[in-house]
Amino acid sequence: MSEESIPLYQKRIQIYPRSVKGRFRTLKTGILSLAYVVYYLLPWVRWERPNAPNQAVLYDLPGRHFYIFDLTIQVQDIFWLAGVLIIFAILLFFVTGIAGRVWCGYFCFQTLWTDLFMMVEQWVQGERPARIRLDKGPWNREKLVKKGGTYGLWLLIAFWTGLTFTMYWVDAPTLVVDVLLGRAPYAAYFTTFFLAATTFVMAGLAREQVCTYMCPYARFQSAMFDHDTLVVSYDERRGEGAQGRTKLGKGLKTREERQARGVGDCIDCGYCVQVCPVGIDIRKGLQYQCISCALCVDACDTIMDNLKWPRGLVLYTSEHALNGEKTRLLKPKTIGYGVILTTATTLLIWSVLTRAPYTGTVEQIRQPLYTQLSDGGIRNNYEIKLNNKLTAPMTVGIRIEGLAGASLNMDGMERIDLDPQERIKLLARVQIPPVGGNGPPGDRVTFIIEPLAGVQAAPIRRQVPFYIPEGGR
Amino acid sequence: MSDNSPNAQQPSSAVQTTGHAWDGDLQEYNNPLPRWWLWSFYATAVFSVLYWFIYPSWPVGNTWIKGFGTVNYTMTDKASGKEEAREHRWNTRALLLEDLGAATNDPQRKDMLAKVQAASYDQIVKDPKMMEFVRSVGKGLFGDNCAACHGRGGQGVVGMYPNLTDDDWLWGGGMDKIHETLVQGRKGFMPAFGAVLKPDQLDDVAEYVLTLSGETQPSEAAERGRAIFQGPVGGCYYCHGADAKGVPSQGAANLTDKIWTIANVPAQKSVQDKKAVIEDFVARGVNNTRIMPAWKDRLSPTDIKLLAVYVHQLGGAR
Repeated sequence: MSEESIPLYQKRIQIYPRSVKGRFRTLKTGILSLAYVVYYLLPWVRWERPNAPNQAVLYDLPGRHFYIFDLTIQVQDIFWLAGVLIIFAILLFFVTGIAGRVWCGYFCFQTLWTDLFMMVEQWVQGERPARIRLDKGPWNREKLVKKGGTYGLWLLIAFWTGLTFTMYWVDAPTLVVDVLLGRAPYAAYFTTFFLAATTFVMAGLAREQVCTYMCPYARFQSAMFDHDTLVVSYDERRGEGAQGRTKLGKGLKTREERQARGVGDCIDCGYCVQVCPVGIDIRKGLQYQCISCALCVDACDTIMDNLKWPRGLVLYTSEHALNGEKTRLLKPKTIGYGVILTTATTLLIWSVLTRAPYTGTVEQIRQPLYTQLSDGGIRNNYEIKLNNKLTAPMTVGIRIEGLAGASLNMDGMERIDLDPQERIKLLARVQIPPVGGNGPPGDRVTFIIEPLAGVQAAPIRRQVPFYIPEGGR
Repeated sequence: MSDNSPNAQQPSSAVQTTGHAWDGDLQEYNNPLPRWWLWSFYATAVFSVLYWFIYPSWPVGNTWIKGFGTVNYTMTDKASGKEEAREHRWNTRALLLEDLGAATNDPQRKDMLAKVQAASYDQIVKDPKMMEFVRSVGKGLFGDNCAACHGRGGQGVVGMYPNLTDDDWLWGGGMDKIHETLVQGRKGFMPAFGAVLKPDQLDDVAEYVLTLSGETQPSEAAERGRAIFQGPVGGCYYCHGADAKGVPSQGAANLTDKIWTIANVPAQKSVQDKKAVIEDFVARGVNNTRIMPAWKDRLSPTDIKLLAVYVHQLGGAR
């Protein structure tokens, strides 16, 4: 219909964030350093474990064991992972309800790696104006060296990030040697290079687009916000005054002069916009792109400090507080999340602390359901599954009780030595002598699986059916 | 950033439409496809061409394009027992064989198999790990080869196929005897006495046989039956033994225990019926009806060894 030519696709507008110093920048750098130290060094920490790998944190998929310091998680305990995920989810809701997108601003991998890549970029190419100039300029030697240097460093970081991730799944020193010598398994290369590629693309190239267009969490957390949630806001009343914001100019130098003329405290320096890693103007209000990194707060505070005006023109505050009302923290929502969070955490810790050192189950073999013996006795067979969860050997004894005249035959495996982390299935035959008469066509027998050596634990009792055919006794 | 999104910049009227109008004013926007979608689409088109060359694809006359893709796997030759590397054109069967060979549990299985091959029967029975392996592999072998007659759990069918889970063995329940049975097969035989014994004599023998396992109390008829059983008229003791406990080398059944392999005595309610099934059986005998095939040419020595241990532990490992 319309004849005017409008481009159907719009190119991304490159963001050149300026660096800033301040409370939140220091906090972010602190969290970033801690996160990187943990992430990159943890696979290298050794942990003395007899009969098991010596890596402090190792997710051994082929061996079906997760080793986390002194905790060994076996396949059947993987439901703890569900517990951890539930706790993380609730923690996220809880914190987001109170303090907004704390996860996005300070802890998210996307934020952390983008931050690191930006630091590298700034270190090689210089501050915001220098980077803009470099991008606009022709492809000369300087541009080639600086751009190439940045990309090279990014690639190195990305590769080491991918490799570190892979280290969590196999022995780290062996892996590094194998990867560098080209003899690591295919899966290791795939994981490493896939993560290297995503790190490079997401943190180096896509950056804020990941948060704006790809991340589902960024979009649905607005549902957790309310009027009491802490968000990064611009104090519009103070900043705009009656006449709006104006740059420092003649007769507009001091607060008193400005207030007398109805001009707000914002001097429209644009620093808060320049430092924003997602390229928004916080003075336009809360926007979905905002990751709550609070760098604009640092920027504005710096300016206010220079002017010797009070801080807090851009600040962490709630909608209620901005309107002069009280911010309420104790609300049904917060309390509800808090209760669920505490309960889930307590349950998980309790479950981990009271984990059994070994497990034993008994199942009746039902094909055939029973066997009639030559002397008229009846035999039932059972499959016993034993699992030593410890990284030390143990000895387990098996006996039965609760069935008159019954005897247990396990070919001498009634007392069995279990290797560290061994899982085994045993056959147990329970036999009763002919008694005569017509008893009920069934009974029960209790297996008692008890530790004899190597571990202190309560015996496991399993009551299972014992089938006796009609008229069998 | 928020102001730069395309929708904020363009009023909706600026978007092209397909030019059609329905119901007077219903129009359709001619929005472009998302770029990522478009490029993925082109990529799949390119991939489909590559696919034709790598994998089996187009039918051509009576055959089809086989593709250049190949799969390498190792296979154990059944006759020689040697492993050989093979290359096969790509298909899912070859892929499965490759996966089986590459899986981590396959080397473990091979190790265990070698261990069982090298071990003696006594060593296997005493080793929990080997017995676990035998039970797991044996279950599959038994299901493939034996269950058709003996049942999935080895419980057999009275009158047809022996129960392998009880402690009564026609041909001997030792591991070596079971092995022998598996290797060379067995052929049960008992002459038919229908023409030799008169009906009342058959009745007496049946009466006697029932007293052997305590089904009935001794009687005059049973005493007459005993004379036939132990004497030259019937001559049953030749095979079943003077104590009637059977002779495993003949495959002759033990008549003194509670287990009935052919005449289904436990299923009969009255003594009369019990006697009837025994008489009927003694009159007809067993000839070419109870045959266990020989497995030495059908199964490998390892499979037979595994099955022998498996069947032995089914029967209570006496």
